[in-house]
Amino acid sequence: MMPTRIIALVIFLLLGAPSRAQVPSLSEAAGRYSLVADHSSLAFTVSAVGGPGIEGRFMRFDGNIDIPMDDMERARVMITIYPESVTTGQERIDNFLKSDAVFDTANEKAITFVSTHVTRTGEDTAVIEGNLTARGRTFGETFNVQLAEFRGTEIRLHVEGQVYRSRYGMDVGTPLYSNVVDFDMDLAVVRR
Amino acid sequence: MKLRNSAERYGLVAIVLHWAIAVLAFGQIGLGLTMMRVESQRLAFDLIQWHKSTGFLIFGLFALRLAWRLANPLPRQPASLRPWERRLAAVVHRLLYALFLALPFSGWTLVSASVLGIPTLVFGLFLLPHLPVEISEPNENFWRFVHHLLAYAAIALIAGHALAALRHHFILRDETLKRMLHPVRRTKP
Repeated sequence: MMPTRIIALVIFLLLGAPSRAQVPSLSEAAGRYSLVADHSSLAFTVSAVGGPGIEGRFMRFDGNIDIPMDDMERARVMITIYPESVTTGQERIDNFLKSDAVFDTANEKAITFVSTHVTRTGEDTAVIEGNLTARGRTFGETFNVQLAEFRGTEIRLHVEGQVYRSRYGMDVGTPLYSNVVDFDMDLAVVRR
Repeated sequence: MKLRNSAERYGLVAIVLHWAIAVLAFGQIGLGLTMMRVESQRLAFDLIQWHKSTGFLIFGLFALRLAWRLANPLPRQPASLRPWERRLAAVVHRLLYALFLALPFSGWTLVSASVLGIPTLVFGLFLLPHLPVEISEPNENFWRFVHHLLAYAAIALIAGHALAALRHHFILRDETLKRMLHPVRRTKP
């Protein structure tokens, strides 16, 4: 490889490689935050046997995060998702998801998550345990969180987790469609 | 009881296949009509999966029946039948054969053309691959129309076939229906 190419590669790697988010101190991060839905995405996928599966997202949701000054592990996360806003890009699938087969939006207006415990697992990662309530049923769920960006008054978080939908009375289509729903969320919160 | 047909009567295999397909076809018609009308989308989804699996089973059994029919003699029709009855019976039987092949095939094509892309897991046992057809709303709508048209044609023909068999049995009192109830017996040496 020519020396100029090696130099170009080194410059590219230095500039192009994803940098880790600046990790704030607890006193810097402490405060009450509100979820900004317009700058966030709450996507999910359900895989299928021999098929494309379902990829969707919720367009309406809100929530709060409270980070105390003294102990990160006492942070509280509350998220409310409005299942009527679910979209997959295919109206017939949307209508099916809203029907009694899945979210039953005629009777169930919200899905809520309330954290019970936060465990820091790394410099910029944590595991959030909490109670997820959907269709009147509540179960403990766990989500992995990574700090993506910290800009003083705004925090961006990447959240992933898996939820067994059968527990919430949404087992339609199993085993053709997986019982596991993979959540992939990019959440932007701003200090109140 | 003999497995194969004779020149006069049907054998056990032809009779079992006939009645198995008949029972499945009645169930399939019931499933098809119900799944389009139930209010619960959850129940409709499950019924559609059962409808697809049953359709595949009928398709398989009918292919077997067709092969058995080609490998066996066709029992003679009762001598009491008038020429127009013989001709009509032959036409109805051929149409039924054509429909029992075309109907599952049109359903398979409909599922394959659907923009929903729902896979078919036959009785939860194995995956039936989609046919290589264009996936689009217009194509799906076209094959839905074809499938419904063929289904209502099959309902009319099956009803006519069953009523004709009952007429032969209870009014004309001939051997037509009995031939499909009791298989040909082995002759004692």
